[in-house]
Amino acid sequence: MNGLALGSIYALIALGYTMVYGVLRFINFAHSDVLMLGAFSAYYLAPAVAQVLPLPSLAGALVVTLFACVLCAGLGVLIEFLAYRPLRSRPRLTVLITAIGVSLFIEFTCQHRAVFGADTKAFPKLLPESDFRLGDLIIGSNDLVVLVTTVLLLTGLWFVVQRTKIGTAMRAVSFNQQAAALMGIDINRIISFTFALGSALAAVAGILYALKAPGIDPLMGVQPGLRAFIAAVLGGIGNLPGAALGGLVIGLLETFAGGISGLSNYRDGIAFAILILILLFKPAGLLGKATVEKV
Amino acid sequence: MTASHQPSTINHHPLLTVRELHVSYGAIKALHGVSLQVPEKSIVTLIGANGAGKSTTLRAISGLIKAQSGAVIYDGVEITHQRPHRIVSRHLCHVPEGRMVFANLTVAENLHMGAYLRNDKAGIAEDIDYIYGIFPRLKERLAQQAGTLSGGEQQMLAISRALMGRPRCLMLDEPSLGIAPMLVRAIFDQIVAINRERGITVLLVEQNANLALAISDYGYVLETGRVILEDTAAALRENPQVREAYLGE
Repeated sequence: MNGLALGSIYALIALGYTMVYGVLRFINFAHSDVLMLGAFSAYYLAPAVAQVLPLPSLAGALVVTLFACVLCAGLGVLIEFLAYRPLRSRPRLTVLITAIGVSLFIEFTCQHRAVFGADTKAFPKLLPESDFRLGDLIIGSNDLVVLVTTVLLLTGLWFVVQRTKIGTAMRAVSFNQQAAALMGIDINRIISFTFALGSALAAVAGILYALKAPGIDPLMGVQPGLRAFIAAVLGGIGNLPGAALGGLVIGLLETFAGGISGLSNYRDGIAFAILILILLFKPAGLLGKATVEKV
Repeated sequence: MTASHQPSTINHHPLLTVRELHVSYGAIKALHGVSLQVPEKSIVTLIGANGAGKSTTLRAISGLIKAQSGAVIYDGVEITHQRPHRIVSRHLCHVPEGRMVFANLTVAENLHMGAYLRNDKAGIAEDIDYIYGIFPRLKERLAQQAGTLSGGEQQMLAISRALMGRPRCLMLDEPSLGIAPMLVRAIFDQIVAINRERGITVLLVEQNANLALAISDYGYVLETGRVILEDTAAALRENPQVREAYLGE
């Protein structure tokens, strides 16, 4: 159960990596920091919301999460606008290195005393907690919340991408930007929308991750971010169902490895070993396929 | 398939005017001052060998590449430095070389992307019906991924997708390229029909000069980024220089 919950969180993060890759063909390494900013937004918003709504409560948690999503969506759009858009016509490596730069910039700015500070902070209780028993299984309410939230968000995302005009435009842009522009699609708007969507998902993931973690700090996004990145590659980068599946697989594997004595110290090693194996043997990922086009 | 329109560009109000267009790809100069006029409701063709600058001219008109100097005037408005989606919103639509259908989208989704800027559901449904009429093959393949279509079907889809934007002027880049001869015929018949029945102005780029001149009113011959010859399509077909270099005689 813990593995499923962890995997769900990785899935939510992996979707952001894979969506941005889909439209711009680079890995937005700052994505993991948006996740951290999501958790911190909730941390600072919670006391304010507690003035109006009871906290911990479902309504309170929803409001906090919603605000954090909006904030992070804005931040994601801003990052793309300031850091990546000016480099749009440059080689992809330039953008990739810039992404690493943006990530380090956010992490270390946030560690400054005047911003969040480097110390670990206790994340506020947003939801009432209790444990359920299901036969021999003990299920924490937080794990259940993580699962339900993820299922809802995945369904919502699927609907947006497959059934709405803007989602279809996203897929069109990811296939061929020039052809999409010739349809009258404003490429920049679609890219901004993609960043907003991915960053909002990252904010939720950050909050869910914080619910399960002992505390939050400006580097909290690094570990889940890396694993989600591996998950996205495992599923087939650019492939949305693949990212979700990859997240679950990595989460479950990590939890199983953690449960076996002697292996628990190698959890990160296992994740990276998976990455190396995929790159060696199935570089397109589990659900990715080499696209064949008839001419 | 003879041209019935007034072929002269002089008396007609030109819908599209290109003036002294210069374009480079990095250090390589592709267009050295191309000028041309497309009168309203006519079919004008650009012919020339591979690399003559035909596609580049279309790409510069629709804003896909930046012109270094010169001007593109459409419907009386200078659109030279506008972004592609703004240009499309003026109903100047471009069917790019290589078709560029969205292979990952269904045929129906491709058509709806063509109508991206429109919100008139009834009008969109009407236009889709019109497209079924001219390209019945597409109707059978609506739910199929566009990547699974044959080359000719993809070209039909690319043209239909552009028609969904309700073009006043349609630019077609090599619609015959890599397509079975039988389908080429069907496609060119429809290009003429689109022009005659819907009054859509057509700017056609073709390597197959025979085919292009047969349906056009006026033609420009491009060579290494320059217009070397222009005349009515009928006159170009009789021109010995054209016959030798482009009509394979």
